[in-house]
Amino acid sequence: MEAGFLQFGFLLSDAGIDFMVHGVFQYSLFGQKVWITTTHVCLFIVMLIICIFCLCANRAIKHATEVPGAFQNVVELVVEMLDKMIAGVMGKRAKPFANYIGILFIFILLSNISGLFGLRPPTADYGTTLALGLITFTLIHVTQFRNNSLKSIWVDMCSPLPPWLPIWFPINLISEIAVPISLSLRLFANVLSGTIMMALIYGLLGIIATAWPAALHVYFDLFSGAIQTYVFCMLTMTYITNAYPSD
Amino acid sequence: MEFNSNFILGCSAIGAGLAVIAGIGPGVGQGIAAGHAAAAVGRNPGAKSDVTSTMLLGQAVAETTGLYGLLVAMLLLFVKPLVP
Repeated sequence: MEAGFLQFGFLLSDAGIDFMVHGVFQYSLFGQKVWITTTHVCLFIVMLIICIFCLCANRAIKHATEVPGAFQNVVELVVEMLDKMIAGVMGKRAKPFANYIGILFIFILLSNISGLFGLRPPTADYGTTLALGLITFTLIHVTQFRNNSLKSIWVDMCSPLPPWLPIWFPINLISEIAVPISLSLRLFANVLSGTIMMALIYGLLGIIATAWPAALHVYFDLFSGAIQTYVFCMLTMTYITNAYPSD
Repeated sequence: MEFNSNFILGCSAIGAGLAVIAGIGPGVGQGIAAGHAAAAVGRNPGAKSDVTSTMLLGQAVAETTGLYGLLVAMLLLFVKPLVP
């Protein structure tokens, strides 16, 4: 038997299946070799689209008319929908976080559906989603330390047992650390599984896969991407609201 | 004892196949959640949007364990941590 026959690269390279992150440009930083990958490129395209949309929205709102035009209508619809969603979950705590949650929602949604336009979704790279998860983690704990006394946090961390018996403390600590990991892995694995599925269909079926994979795109990119966006924002809001003292 | 790297890759593929059996659990769980949501909408059709959003949130959280299995399979097949 040939040595390289069972290597997985055989199947992948011959069928033209491609869902990996590729390096585009290499440079060295402090003696480390660092790559600019396709994730960065797609991320910048998504950022550019969001920036252009924001500039246009800013212009439209500054020259707002009594009877809204088409674009102004769209902007008002998006902002109203996001505000309603955030106010529905966070209640009176919504104000400081409305901007962050709104831009998080738009960014993740555009990243997830960028697979429709031939990009590799930036959220199918663990670096992107881990960064988002860590931002949420930081927000949760900054909110917690600002609004609770140290004593109440300690009581909370030892919660099923009395605070002078911190046997439960390590387990609670692990469950706190698991929050950003599970948040980021959930988004990453969902988008990655959709990307791999589409790559397998296009790579293995070849000419048979003309037109009908559009239905699968609707499921994997639009439906799954929108659901995961909603879930990420919803869980972020729930965790932040739980960090406030209950009253 | 020395093993051929092809043998280890084959065993990794079997392990990846076993790892995605983890998808059974979330499938059952999501089905139960959807069934109860359907019953709730049947009893109280006015609360349809609330029930739907709660169901989707719960299903997405329940899905996480299945996705961990998928990730283990991906790591075994594409990152190949066991092949020397």
